[in-house]
Formats: sequence, C-alpha cells, structure tokens
Amino acid sequence: MLALNNLIQNEMMKLLAKKRLVIIGIIVGILVLMFTYAQFKQVEEQQKKLGTVDWRAALQQQIIDTQNRLSSNRMLDEWREQLEVGLKQQQYYLDNDINPSEPGAATFTRMFLENAIDLFIPLLIMIVASDLVSSENSQGTIKLLLTRPVKRWKILMSKYVTLLLSVSIIVAMTALLSYLLSGLVFGYQGWAAPVITGFELNGSDVDVSQVRLVEQWKFLMMDLGLVWLVAVVIGTLSFMLSVLVRSTPAGMGIMLAALISGAILNNMVSSWESAKYFFMVNLKLTTYISGSAPPIEGMTLLSSVITLLVWWLLALIVSFTAFTRKDVY
Amino acid sequence: MKQVTLSVKDLKKKIGDREIIKGIDFELKEGEVFGFLGPNGAGKTTTIRMLVGLIKPSSGSIKICGYDVRKDFTKAMQHMGCIVENPELYPFLSGWDNLLHFARMLPNVGKQRITEVVELVGLQARIHDKVKTYSLGMRQRLGIAQAMLNSPKLLILDEPTNGLDPAGIREMRQFIRKLAEEEGMSVLVSSHLLGEIQQLCDRVAIIKSGEIIQTDTVESLLATQERILWRVEPLQKGVEILGGFTEVIVDQTYIITAYDELETPEWNAALNRAGVKVHEMNRKLPGLEELFLQVTGGGGAGIE
Ligand SMILES: Nc1ncnc2c1ncn2[C@@H]1O[C@H](COP(=O)(O)OP(=O)(O)OP(=O)(O)O)[C@@H](O)[C@H]1O
Ligand SMILES: [Mg+2]
Repeated sequence: MLALNNLIQNEMMKLLAKKRLVIIGIIVGILVLMFTYAQFKQVEEQQKKLGTVDWRAALQQQIIDTQNRLSSNRMLDEWREQLEVGLKQQQYYLDNDINPSEPGAATFTRMFLENAIDLFIPLLIMIVASDLVSSENSQGTIKLLLTRPVKRWKILMSKYVTLLLSVSIIVAMTALLSYLLSGLVFGYQGWAAPVITGFELNGSDVDVSQVRLVEQWKFLMMDLGLVWLVAVVIGTLSFMLSVLVRSTPAGMGIMLAALISGAILNNMVSSWESAKYFFMVNLKLTTYISGSAPPIEGMTLLSSVITLLVWWLLALIVSFTAFTRKDVY
Repeated sequence: MKQVTLSVKDLKKKIGDREIIKGIDFELKEGEVFGFLGPNGAGKTTTIRMLVGLIKPSSGSIKICGYDVRKDFTKAMQHMGCIVENPELYPFLSGWDNLLHFARMLPNVGKQRITEVVELVGLQARIHDKVKTYSLGMRQRLGIAQAMLNSPKLLILDEPTNGLDPAGIREMRQFIRKLAEEEGMSVLVSSHLLGEIQQLCDRVAIIKSGEIIQTDTVESLLATQERILWRVEPLQKGVEILGGFTEVIVDQTYIITAYDELETPEWNAALNRAGVKVHEMNRKLPGLEELFLQVTGGGGAGIE
C-alpha cells in the first residue's frame, strides 16, 4: 500500500511551486497595513475631538457617571449587571493604563478577524481551494494522475488534506501578520485586556445574565477557532466545485456569487426565515460571542455551526463520490 | 509461448444514446508493437481512455498482464505506462520534479530509476529546467520518461509522433522499436499517420466508427490487397480478355487487376494466345494509405 504522505508531499510541492501562499501573504499584508492606517487615523481624530483632555481623566469621569447611575434605585437588575460589567472593563483600562480608543495589536487582530470572517478569509481560501482539482483537469495532468497505481479516493484525500493544511496556514498567517504589522503602530500589548462576552438573545430581549469579561487572548483563541471552522467549510465547498466544474474561473464565480449574496442577504432576510439554512448567511460566527444580533431571529451559535457542518459533510460526500466515479475525457 | 500483456474482450462504450465503441476485441503479446489505425473520430482515443482506466466501459473486459483494470486497478496500472493524447506535465515544475512527483506514486521507484529514465530519453541537459521552457519534442520525451518510470510491460501511446518533426518522428520510431525488441515491452500505438504505423508496427488493427474492421500483420494486410499492373498492346483487346477473368480497372495506359498466385500466369497465357503483346507485368503492393482508404471507405468517413 502506498503511503498517503507521499501524495500529500506531491500536493504540497505543487502548491508551493505555484506560490499561492506567498500571494495570499502579500494580499493579507497589504490589507492589514491599509486597515492599520485607517484605524490610526480614527484614533487621531478622536484625540483631536477630546482636545487637550487627558484620556485618563475622561475615563475617570465615565466611571464616576456609571457609578452614579448604579447607585440610583430605579434600575432593572439586568441593566445593573450589564453596567457593572462595563464598569469593570473601564476600571481595568484605567488601572492598567490602556487607552480604550488606542487598543494595541491584540485588539486590532481580534477586530480584523471578526470583520474578515465572512468575506475576506473565504476569498483567500478560494484562491487555494478552487483550483486544487480543476487545474489538473485544465492542464490535462489529471490523465497521468489517475492512471498511476493509486486509488482515486486516495488522490482526492491527499488533495483534501493539503487543503486543510493550507487553510490552517492561511488563518494562522492572517492572525500573525495582522498582529505583527499593526503592532508597529499600536504596540504589541493587549493580550490580557478584558472583553465583554455572553450576550444572549431570546426573541427580541437581550439576556444579559451570562455577560462576563474574558481575557482578550482567550477571546482571540475562540475567534480563531470559529474563523478556522468557517474557512474549512468554505474551502470544502470550493473544493467540491473544483471537482464538479472543469473550469477554475467558473467554480470561483459560483462561490463568489454565493458569498456576495450571503453578504446582501444578511442585511435583508430577517423576515425570510428559511434563509437561515443557507451556508452563506451563517458565516459571521464571531458575532455570536461578541454579542450583536444575528441576521435572522432564532439563529444561535450552535444552529449556525450545525448548519455549516451539514454543508461541509454534504460537500465532502459529493466530492468523493463524483471524483471516484466520473469519466475523465 | 509469449505472455499476453493486454487482452481486450468485447469492449463497448455508450455516451448518452450513442454507441461510440461497438465491441472491440484484441490481444497484445510481449515484445510486440501494435498499431491502432483509424480516421479522425474513429474511437482510438476513447478506447485508449478505457484501457488506462480513465473512463468506464459500458461492457466488456480489459486485462493488463492478467489483472482486470476495473477490479484490480492498482495492480493493472503497475504494469502499464501511458501517454494519452498529449504529454501534459506540470509546467511550473522542473522536469526532474515532475518525474519525482510520479515516482512518489509508484512503489519502490527511487532517484536512481529517475536518473535512468532521464538518460534513456536523453534529457539530462535540461532536466532541471521548468517544463514550461521545454519544446514539444522535449515534453514528448519527458512524457515517455514518466511512462517508463515503473518499467512497464505495456506502454500505451496515443499519437506519439503528434507535433514532432521528421527527425523526431524517426527517433521516436527507433526508440519504440528498441523498447519492444530489447526490453520485450509491448507497445500500443494509435495513429492516423499511415506511413508511421507501416514502419513501426508488427500488427495493425484498423478501426472505424468504433469497430475493428481488420486485424492482421502489416504484410498480410497489404498482401490481400496486392495488385498487378499490365501494359499491353492493343489495350482494348487486353481489357476484353482480362475482363473475362476478373475485375479490371483501366488507368491511362495500364490495366490494373488483382494479383493471384495461381491465376495470373493463366491470364498471361490467354493474352499471348490472342496475340496481345504483354510489355510489362508489374506486381504492386499498395501503400497502407490506399489500403486504409479502401477499407475505411475514403476520406472523412469517420465524422458522422
Ligand atoms: N465526451 C464525449 N462525449 C460525447 N462524444 C464523444 C466524447 N468524446 C468523444 N466522443 C465521440 O467519440 C468518437 C470517437 O472519438 P475519439 O476521440 O475516440 O476519436 P479518435 O479516433 O481518437 O480520433 P482522432 O484521430 O481525431 O484523435 C467521436 O465521434 C467523438 O465525437
Ligand atoms: Mg484521438
């Protein structure tokens, strides 16, 4: 029996020779620099608004305001809890001498990942995934690949493992580059800063009973896990298209159309309930832990993850069935 | 007894409602070069794709060195090397990396064997260059080198001389003959170039519209179609007499009839008795081309 790792080695050799990962690294680098600059401008503007006021004094004032509101009796318990959490966060910033509007590289990375999860990261993944199989078709090398003494499923498996490796590298690279590059401007601090999490939406009510502070590095790890999950699902779907559609641009086009329609649907489907079964409206997983409202009522982190996993499984089954059976012309 | 390296039985392929291959049978023995000859669209490539496991036959069986291509795919492929249509390799890798890539897909093929096949096809000087910088002839050689990696018993080449210049064609021909004669390899070559097949192959199958019309050695295929050219005086009388025995064709000053070992001397005697002067009797083997056109019914017949 021929070892799978020989085949994976082959796939990695081809991937590296095509310099795809380098291109992706450059794209990420440029984007991170752009956003860093934008963020830097924003911080500058805020400081201008505050004028000569020291941010510590402003923060101190905010804390006092909050404490005053807490001491008044006419307040729902739920609101009180939420304010207390906010108060703790502000106190932390003050105690640790962190300017909340100038948050450091860890915060930048977290925000970058949260904004990149539904479009930017999927696009990067598509660069690798959508021609893994179809390029063999268009080059004609599929004829050699499939006439060697190796079962077809093994060949596809080696390609899929390569995809998983690339997805992991791309996600790690995105996080690392955004930390390293933004740190040049904002400084590399912020790992232990507290982040609010735990909002839950019950119908139209906000359930704040679970609200708590989490250290930023833990939050970042959760974000990374969710980004990775989304990236794997998108990668697998592109992979399936690459098996089914002979031409790489056609496969990319289909995937792109799905992603963009997802971005549009997110803003307008709140009344079309069954749209929640589309994979593309379930991509913003990080919103569930940072606490904004999902596009459709009733969607939760769990339901979105399950929806994505169902799509992932179907894509995998279709890919392997089609690849092992189809006639190659 | 020479070993049978490829045996094809009642092979059929239907695409949609069209039957493209309509039941093909043949066998290859070791050390034999077998030609697959047919006009465009006859089904050569389709048949070869089935032989190498790229497409699934609708029915029939294919065995390579005794292993069924569908049931025992990996074992069958271990004894086979092929180029289907064009020698397509990864343009962004060097020749060496391409060979390394395919060597990794084979059991027990290492760097040493790669060096051997590179020398065999004479590509040492450029093997570390990217394949996209290769000429077509060099790609063809690299394709052969790839097919030879696993020291196959059966080599399948679809139009191996496609795009080569005359020197390249000759070199390829000598190379294929050498493989068959010295290494005892069986080679299946498809082509619509008739001269090619005539010089290269021991046996030929003529295929048209998905059927094998004739399979035989090149000599006996040609012999069945042997002609004799007569130059006689007077022509008209000669035509009358010969026409009494067999079918005649008049081509300017010549009369053309079939050649028959026993009958032809009798015809000659008859001409002499009638006082017709026989200036010239000329036996002529047809080129494979004429044969081909006769058998397949003329040019462009394959496109339906
Ligand atoms: N994918 C396909 N779908 C439908 N018909 C096909 C397909 N591939 C080939 N054919 C048909 O099968 C027949 C045989 O084609 P094939 O390519 O095997 O011919 P060939 O003998 O190799 O011809 P050539 O000398 O031109 O290479 C043709 O009539 C062609 O139209
Ligand atoms: Mg062909």
